[in-house]
Amino acid sequence: MSVVGHIGTAVGPHETPPPPPRKGRRLLPYLLLLPGGLWLTIFFAVPAVQLAATSLYDPSGSLQQGYAMTWEFGNYADALSAYWPHFLRSLLYAGIATLLCLLLGYPLAYAIAQKANRFKNLMLVCVIAPFFTSFLVRTLAWKTILSDNGWLVGVLRDIGILGSDGRLLATSAAVVLGLTYNFLPFMVLPLYASLDRLDGRLLEAANDLYASPARAFAKVTLPLSMPGVVAGTLLTFIPAAGDYINAELLGTPNQYMIGNVIDSAFLVRLDYPQAAALSFLLMAIILAMVFVYVKRSGTDEVL
Amino acid sequence: MKLGRWLSDHWVMGVGVLVLAYLFLPIAVVVGLSFNEPSSRLSYDFNKFTLDNWTNPCGPGDMCDAVVRSVQIGFIATVAATVLGTLMAFALVRHRFRGRAATNLLIFLPMATPEVVMGSSLLALFVAGGVPLGFWTVVIAHVMFCVSFVVVTVKARLSGFDSRLEEAAMDLYADEFHTFRKVTLPLVFPGIVAAALLAFSLSFDDFIITNFNSGTTVTFPMYVWGAAQRGIPPQVNVIGTAMFLIALLLVLGTSVRRRRAA
Amino acid sequence: MSKGDLRLVNLTKRFGVFTAVDDISLTIPQGGFFALLGASGCGKTTTLRMVAGLEEPTSGKVLLGGKDISRLRPYKRPVNTVFQSYALFPHLDVFENVAFGLRRRGIGDIRSQVERMLALVQLEGFGKRRPAQLSGGQQQRVALARALINHPQVLLLDEPLGALDLKLRRQMQIELKRIQTEVGLTFVHVTHDQEEAMTMADTVAVMNAGRIEQLGAPAEIYEFPSTPFVANFLGQSNLLAGEVAGRSGDEVLISAYGSRFSVPAGRCRVVDGNVYLGVRPEKLHLAPNTDSVPSGHQWVTGVISDSSYVGVSTQYLVRTPWGTEVSAFSSNAGVHAQVPRGAHVVAYWRPDHAFLLSRQAGAGDATQPLLETVP
Repeated sequence: MSVVGHIGTAVGPHETPPPPPRKGRRLLPYLLLLPGGLWLTIFFAVPAVQLAATSLYDPSGSLQQGYAMTWEFGNYADALSAYWPHFLRSLLYAGIATLLCLLLGYPLAYAIAQKANRFKNLMLVCVIAPFFTSFLVRTLAWKTILSDNGWLVGVLRDIGILGSDGRLLATSAAVVLGLTYNFLPFMVLPLYASLDRLDGRLLEAANDLYASPARAFAKVTLPLSMPGVVAGTLLTFIPAAGDYINAELLGTPNQYMIGNVIDSAFLVRLDYPQAAALSFLLMAIILAMVFVYVKRSGTDEVL
Repeated sequence: MKLGRWLSDHWVMGVGVLVLAYLFLPIAVVVGLSFNEPSSRLSYDFNKFTLDNWTNPCGPGDMCDAVVRSVQIGFIATVAATVLGTLMAFALVRHRFRGRAATNLLIFLPMATPEVVMGSSLLALFVAGGVPLGFWTVVIAHVMFCVSFVVVTVKARLSGFDSRLEEAAMDLYADEFHTFRKVTLPLVFPGIVAAALLAFSLSFDDFIITNFNSGTTVTFPMYVWGAAQRGIPPQVNVIGTAMFLIALLLVLGTSVRRRRAA
Repeated sequence: MSKGDLRLVNLTKRFGVFTAVDDISLTIPQGGFFALLGASGCGKTTTLRMVAGLEEPTSGKVLLGGKDISRLRPYKRPVNTVFQSYALFPHLDVFENVAFGLRRRGIGDIRSQVERMLALVQLEGFGKRRPAQLSGGQQQRVALARALINHPQVLLLDEPLGALDLKLRRQMQIELKRIQTEVGLTFVHVTHDQEEAMTMADTVAVMNAGRIEQLGAPAEIYEFPSTPFVANFLGQSNLLAGEVAGRSGDEVLISAYGSRFSVPAGRCRVVDGNVYLGVRPEKLHLAPNTDSVPSGHQWVTGVISDSSYVGVSTQYLVRTPWGTEVSAFSSNAGVHAQVPRGAHVVAYWRPDHAFLLSRQAGAGDATQPLLETVP
C-alpha cells in the first residue's frame, strides 16, 4: 500500500514550499544532495552527454579501431530513414497501450478510491501484487495464454472472432496487449492517488446543482483527476515506447519496436554511432512529447 | 427496474473487478505452471500435475545462482539507492538552495528516459572507461535508476510532514539529533520503507538495463530471458509464484501493522 | 522586579524586507497570565516563537529572570509551548507524548509524574491512546500536560483553543485559568479572540503591524483605549472626527460638525489638534427628543437607519445629520420599547464615558457600521 500511495502522490502537483533556512546550515542541503547528485551525474548525465557525442562519431569506425569525432549529423538522417517504421510503430503501440491503460485503469482506480470502502486496501494489494512476479515470467505467461493451441485462441476460433487459422501470438495485438498489461499499474496508482483525494461531497454538490452523473463526471471528477491522468499516461507511455521485451516475446520481427533495434545495434551489430543516434532520437522524441503534453494539460508541476 | 438501479450503482465496481481479473490472469497461469510437468522443453502448455518443481526448485543448474545473485544485487542497490535518495529528498523538501530546479530535472530525467537508452549509454560509459562489466556494474546501474524513485517516494512522505512536530520536540528538550531520531525518522520511516520496497522490486525485476551492463553475470531475469530461447524450466514459475506470495505477505503485513498503529 | 520575570527588550524580527515584529519591549511579571492579542499577521505568533527559541530575533533580547536567553536553542530554555493545533506526536501514545520532555532530560520517576499530570488535566486512563483517537478538547489537554509536566518558568500558548467549538472553548478557558492558578507559573497566551484575552488574562497587549498598540489590564484597555485601532479591535467604538477647540477647567472642548462637545481631561489621550471623540455603543443611549436627555449628558440627533435584535440587546444604527452613522446598543431589560426604523431620535452619553484619541488629519468618522452579533 505504502508503495502505491507514494508513487501516486509523488508525481502529483502538490508541493509545499520549503521552510526558510537556518543560519549556519546553508551548506547542509548541498552535502545531502552531493552523493546522490554525483551518482546521477556520473552514471546518468555524463553517459547521456557521451551518448550524444557518440551519435556524431564517424560510423566507419569500430570498437576495435576506435571512433573519430566527425560531427556526423548524417547518422541521424541514416537512422531515421532506415528505422522510421520502428519509431512510428513504437509510438503507435505505446500510444494505443497508454490509451487502453487509461480506459481500463480509470474505472479500476475510481472503484478503489470511491467505491471500495473497506476493501480499498485489499484491492490496492491486488493491483501491485501481480507485479512482484517477474516482468519476464509474466510476459511468458501471456505467451502461454495466447499460444495457438491455448484455450483462448480455441474459444475465439469457435465463436468465429478468429478465423480457423487465426492467431493471437505473434501479432501486433499481442504486443499491444502485453504492453498494456505490463504498464497498467503505473496508470492505476497515480490515478488512484488523485481520485482518492477527491471529495465525495463535490459530486453531491454537482448532483444538487442539476448535473447528471455523466455531466458531473465530465465537469468535476475528470478535471480534478487530471494530475493523476497526466502522471499516469507519462509513467505508462515512456517505458512502453522504449520497451522491446513484449515485441520480442509476443511478436515477430514484423512487430519490432525501436527498442529492439537499439538493443541489437548496441549488442549484436556493435554499430555504436548508429545505436547512439537511435537512442538519442528516442529520448529527444519522448522528452519533446512529454513537454508538449505537460504544457498542454496545464500541469507543469509534474516536472 | 431494480436491476437497472443496481447496475447503475455497481457497474464501476464490476469493471474494476474485471480489470483486476485481467491483472491476475497470467499470475494464475504462472501458479498453474509451477505445478506442471511439461511434455517437452519447449512446451508452455499444462501437461500433468506434479509437486516436483516445488520440492526441487533448484533443479535447473544455474537458476538458483541467478536468483541469489539478483537478491544480492537488489539488496545492495536498495540500500545504496535508499540512502542516497532519502538524503536528496530531505534536501529538496527541507532546504532552500540554489540549483533546486536543476536538481529536480536531474531526478526527473531518469524516470522519463527509456530504459534502453539508459542501459546503452551507461554501457558506452563503462566501455569507454575500460570498466569490466559484471556484478558491480549492474549494481551501479540499478542504484542509478532506483534513486529517482526513492526520491519521489520519500519526498511525498516528507512534504506531508508537519514541521511543527519537530519544533514541539525541540521545545521539549530534544536536541537536533534526538529530534531526528525520536520524531522525524519514525514518522518518515514508512515512506523510506516503501521507497526501499519499490527500489528492490525495480532492481530485482530489471532486465533491459541489466542486459546491457552485466557482461557474463546472470541475474534471474537474464536467466529467464536466456532460458526462453531454449525452453523454460517449470521451476521459473515456482520462483515467480514464490515472489508473488512473499510480496503479498509483506504488503499485507505492513498494512495490518499500520492499521494497528493508526 | 521579581526573579522570574520575562522581559522583551527592543525585540525585532524581519523576514527579508518584511518586519514581523517591530522593536517590542515589555515585561511580563512572574506568575502572570499575559495575553498577546491581535489579528492574524500582526506578529504575535512570531513574538511567541522568539520566546520559545523557534525563531531567532533579528535584534533585541529575550530575558528570563535577568538572564539573556535570546540565542539559546529551544531545548535549552526553561520555556514550553502549547502549539496551535497541538503538534502531538502521532506515533506516540498519550503517555509517551506527555513523558517526552522528562525522558529527554533524563528525569526519573516518569510514571507517577505523568499520571499526576494526566489527572490534573482530567485524562486519567487515556495513557495508552493515540492522539488520533482523542477529541479536540482531549488533544488540547494532552498538549497542555506535555508542556506543563516540565515545570517550565514560562508556558507559551499559541492559539491553543482556536480549533475548538465555542462551548468547548469556554470550558477550556475556565480549565486553563484554573490550572494556571493552581500551578502558578507565567502564561503567555497568543490569541486573536478578544473575549478570550479579556476573560483569561491579567494583562493584555494589543498588537498591530508588529508593534504593541496598548498594554494593560483588560478593563483598562476596553474603557480607555489609546488608539483608534485598539478602540475598534477590542469591541466597537463610535469615533467622531473633530478638533480640539479649547479648554475649560478640567474639560477639553471639541468641535465636530458644528457642534460642541467636552471630555474630562483625564480621559484624553491628546489635548490639541485633530481628534476622535470616542463613545462605546453600549454607553450610547437613545431618547425620543432632546428634552428627554438627562442633564449633564451630551448628544447628537439622528434617524434610526437600521436595527438588529440580538436577544440580550438591540443594536441600532443612527444616521447623523452629517451623514455618518453611529451605533448604539440598548439592553433588552424591558425598560425601553423597540424603536422603529425611520424614527427621529437623540443619542446621548455621559462625558466621562467618552474618550479622546489622536486623529490623522483628513481621517473621517470611524464607526463599524456592522450590525454584528456581539459574542
